[in-house]
Amino acid sequence: MTQDSIWEQILDYSNRANPYPFYAELRRTPVARLQDGAYLVSGYAEIASLLHDPRVSSDISHNPVAADAGAGEDGDGPGMTPTFLSMDPPDHDKFRRITMRHFGPPTTPGRVAGMEPRMTEIVTELIDKMEGSTRVDVVDDLAYPLPVTIICELLGVAPGDEHRFRTWVDLALQSTDPGLDPETQQKKRAEAGKELRAFMEELVEAHRKAPGNDLLSALATDDGPEGRMPPEQLVSTGLLLLIAGHETTVNLISNGALTLLRHPHELQRLREDPDLVIPMVEELLRYEPPVHFVPFRTTLDDIDIAGTTIPAGASLTLVLAAGNRDPAHVTDPDCFMPERPDNQHLGFGGGIHLCFGAPLARLEAQIALTAFARRLENPRLVSDPPPYRPSPFLRGPSHLPIDIDGIR
Amino acid sequence: MRIVVDLTKCQGYAQCAFLAPDVFTIQGDEALSYDPHPERTQLTKIRRAAAACPVQAIRLEPPDALDGALHPDPRHGTIEDNGGTFKKTGRIVIVGASIAGLRAAERLREEGFTGALTLVGEEPHEPYDRPPLSKQVLAGSAPLEDTSLPRLRDIGATWRLGVAATSLDLATKELHLADGSRIGFDKLLIATGLRARPWPNTEEAALAGVLTLRTREDSATLRQLLAGHPRRVLVIGAGFIGCEVASVCRELGLPVTVAEAGPAPLVAALGSAIGVIAGELQIENGVDLRCGVRVTALQGDATGQLRRAVLSDGTALEVDVAVAALGSIRNVEWLADSGLACGVWGVACDAGCRAFDANGLVTDDVFVAGDIARAPQPMYGYQYLAVEHWGNAISQAEVAAHNMVSQETERWPHLTVPKFWSVQFGIEIKSVGVPSAADEVAIVQGSVTEKRFLAVYGYKGRVVAAVAFNQNKWLDFYEPLIEQAAPFPPQFHHIDESSDARPVPAGFKPAASPTQDATVVVTGHDPNERRARLTNPDAGETPSRRPAEPGARTKERSP
Repeated sequence: MTQDSIWEQILDYSNRANPYPFYAELRRTPVARLQDGAYLVSGYAEIASLLHDPRVSSDISHNPVAADAGAGEDGDGPGMTPTFLSMDPPDHDKFRRITMRHFGPPTTPGRVAGMEPRMTEIVTELIDKMEGSTRVDVVDDLAYPLPVTIICELLGVAPGDEHRFRTWVDLALQSTDPGLDPETQQKKRAEAGKELRAFMEELVEAHRKAPGNDLLSALATDDGPEGRMPPEQLVSTGLLLLIAGHETTVNLISNGALTLLRHPHELQRLREDPDLVIPMVEELLRYEPPVHFVPFRTTLDDIDIAGTTIPAGASLTLVLAAGNRDPAHVTDPDCFMPERPDNQHLGFGGGIHLCFGAPLARLEAQIALTAFARRLENPRLVSDPPPYRPSPFLRGPSHLPIDIDGIR
Repeated sequence: MRIVVDLTKCQGYAQCAFLAPDVFTIQGDEALSYDPHPERTQLTKIRRAAAACPVQAIRLEPPDALDGALHPDPRHGTIEDNGGTFKKTGRIVIVGASIAGLRAAERLREEGFTGALTLVGEEPHEPYDRPPLSKQVLAGSAPLEDTSLPRLRDIGATWRLGVAATSLDLATKELHLADGSRIGFDKLLIATGLRARPWPNTEEAALAGVLTLRTREDSATLRQLLAGHPRRVLVIGAGFIGCEVASVCRELGLPVTVAEAGPAPLVAALGSAIGVIAGELQIENGVDLRCGVRVTALQGDATGQLRRAVLSDGTALEVDVAVAALGSIRNVEWLADSGLACGVWGVACDAGCRAFDANGLVTDDVFVAGDIARAPQPMYGYQYLAVEHWGNAISQAEVAAHNMVSQETERWPHLTVPKFWSVQFGIEIKSVGVPSAADEVAIVQGSVTEKRFLAVYGYKGRVVAAVAFNQNKWLDFYEPLIEQAAPFPPQFHHIDESSDARPVPAGFKPAASPTQDATVVVTGHDPNERRARLTNPDAGETPSRRPAEPGARTKERSP
C-alpha cells in the first residue's frame, strides 16, 4: 500500500473501530510524504522530536493545507480569531499564560485538584441514576455528562445551555468528517462556527457585566500583569476551552470503559485497588488516546529527520496514536498494561502545546473509571466493537451500550 | 514519605502542581519546587502527580519502604552469573554516601550484584539531596531540612555513616577509616564529592554569621539566621549558590548585597554576555549587586558576631550574615598517598569511570563518579572535565556501577551531555552542554527584555551548549545539535526568532587546565621501571629534584 492509501484507510469510517493495523503500516515509513506534499509522522521519536522543534510552526495561517481546507482546529474556524492552540511564541506563550492564570499554577494552583469532590459527586449521581436499569449507555449516561457538566461549571455556562451548544458542536465535528466533500465541510463548519460564536459572545458579555467565580468571568474582567485578552480572542478561547474541554474527555472515559470491558482481569483488579486507576489512565492515553493526530503543523525550514528531508513550508500531521504504539519506544505496544513502567506517551501531545486541560481530563477519567469498576454489577458489552463517532482524529464510540445486573 | 524530582529532566509542564498542589509548586513560568518529605496523606495525589509527569521525572519511595530505615543485612540471591563469581559474592565498597554513592548502590543491585556492599559516608546522615538546600529549604517553603533521598529499592548495604575514609591502600585493597577500622574490598567506588571553599581568613570565618552553604547543617543554620531578620545579608561570590541565596533573601524581603570579583554573576558557568543578564535580574529584584568588587575584611563585635564588611570599592556595609559562596574543594586529601592520579582537580578516570593511577595507567578495580571524577569528554576535544552537576552524579554513578559488574566488552562509556539548572528570582536557568567551552554566544529565541530566551553557545563554528531562561521545553531540540557538532551560529528559520541573533563573544575567562599545575616526578630509565609520582605540596612535600617554588604553591592555595 502507498502511504496515501494507508492514510485513506485510517480516515475511512469503516476502519474507525480498529485503525491500529494501519498505523503499524504507516510506521514502516515513520516520516512519509503524501501525494499532495503534506507529511505524515508516525514514529514516536520523530513525533517527540518535532513537538520540540522550533522549526515547526503551529501558526495555522502558514499552513498550505489548512488554508485550502478553510479549516481550523477545534474551536478555531473560518472568521474565528486564532487561539493559543494555533499560535507560535511569543504570542502563544503570552495568551496561554493569560488563560492559565485562572486555571492552574503558578497563580491558581489548587483549582483543578479542588474540583475532585464535585467530580465525585457528579459521578455518584450519574451512577445512582442507573438504578433499576439493565442496559445503560456508557457514553450518554457517564462519559458525556461528567466532562460537560464540569466544563460548564468551570467556564460559567448555565446547565440549561448545554443543549444549545451541543447541536453546533456536533455539527462542527461532523464537518471534520473526511467523507464529506470540502465544500460541504466548509459550509457546515461556517454555519456551526457562526452559531457558536454568537453563543459565546453573549455569554462573555453577560459574565463581563455580572462576573461570577468562573473562568470566563475571570478572563473577561481580570487585568493581569500582561493585560486582558482582546474580546474576539476571548470568544474563540472560550469556545476552545468549552469544546476541547469535554469532547476529548468523553472519548477518554468511553475508550477507557471499553478497554476495561475487553480486559476483565484489569477491571477486576481496579475494583480491588482504586489507586490502580492512576497508572491505568496513563496507559489508556497511550493505548487508546482521545486525540489521534495533530494536524496543520508547518515547517519553517528544511528538516532532516528519519532519513528524509521535509522541505520548508510543508504541512505536517503528527499521528500521535501511531507513535504511542511504536515498538521502538515501548515493548509489546499492542498490550494494555496498566502498570507499564516509565510510561511516556503522546496522549496529550508534548512541548509547549501540551494539552491545556490535561490535569482536568486525567482527574475526570480517574474518578469516572474507578466508579465504573466499583459500582456496576457484572457489566458486559452489548456489541463489540461499538458504533463510533465519525471523526478519525477525535476518536471514540458514539454509544457504548452495556448490560449490567445492577449497581452497588 | 520521601520523593525526589529529577529536575534535569523536568520541563516545567506543571502537571504535578495541578494534581498535588500542596507538594509541588511552580514558581514563575516553569520552575518547580517541591516538598521532599511530604505527609503520607498526600500519597494518592503524589501518585497522580508522578504518573502524570510527561517526562517521568518524579520518584517516590515504594510504599512499603520504612521511612528513614537503613537495611544493614546483606542479601544473597541466586542470579545468573554474568560477571564471574565476583558478581555473586564479591565485595564492593562505595566511599561517599551522597546521591552518586546511593545511585551507584541501587544500580549495582539492579544489575544483579548480590555480594557484600558497604557505603561509607563522612556525614552522619543517610544520603540526602542538596539542590533544595539553597532553594525551597532555605526559603522555608519546604518544612524540613531533611531532604533524605527516597530509596528506590532495598540496597541491602552495610552503612558506615559519620566516619570518614582516611586513606586507601591499593596493594592490600583496604580502606582505612577515621575510627581506625579497615574495610577490605574487591572493587571500590570513589564518590567523595566536594566541600564548600571556606572564607580564607580563618579568624573572620569563625565569626558568628559567617558561613558557607553545602550541607544540611549549613542550610539549617542559614535558614535560622535569615529568619532572625538580619539587617543585611552579604553574599560573597555570584556563582549559582551565591545567586540562589540572594534570590531567597529577596523572596524573604531581606536586604542583600552580592559582591562578585568578576564582571558579572555566573561568569564561570555562563560567560559574561549571559552573566550580565543574570545581573540585571538581580538588580531588578532589589539586590545590591557589586561586580568587580572584593570583600577585604569581615569585622565582628566583642561577642564574635559579624557586624561589618569592608569592600574593595571603599565602602563598608552593616551586615549580620555573610555567605561565602566561593566555589568548592574536592575531597581528595584522603587519597594523597594512594598512588591514584588525584589532586585539586579531582580523581582522573577514563570515560568508563575507571581511575587512573599516578602514571596515567587505568586501574581495573577502582572507579570514580560524581563531582570528584575528572573524565575525558570526547565531545569537547577529549578534555578532562569534572562536571559538578546533579544529573552528572547520577548518570556517572550508573555507568560506574554497570562497569564494576561487567566484563570488559560489556562496559559503557559515560558520554552524557552535561546539564544543569538553577532557579533564581522566579526564573529557571537551564543548560545543556558545556557553555564554558564556547567562544561565542547567540540569543536565538525569545526576548532578553522579558527574561525568556534561549542562547546557543559555539566554539569555532560548532554548537557546544545551549542555555534557556524560562524556555526549557526547547532544550530537547538543542541537545542533539551539541551531540552532532552542528554548525554555529544556527542558520535555520524557526519560531520566535529573536530580534538580534548575531553571535557575540561569550565572555569566558581563558582558563588554564587545573591539571597543568600538577607536580609530578618521573623516575626510572628502562621502560619497565619508569614511574610517575604526584607530589603533595600541601603536605610540605617538595619534588626531590627541583627547588621548592613557594610562590607558586601559595598562589595555588588561595581561593
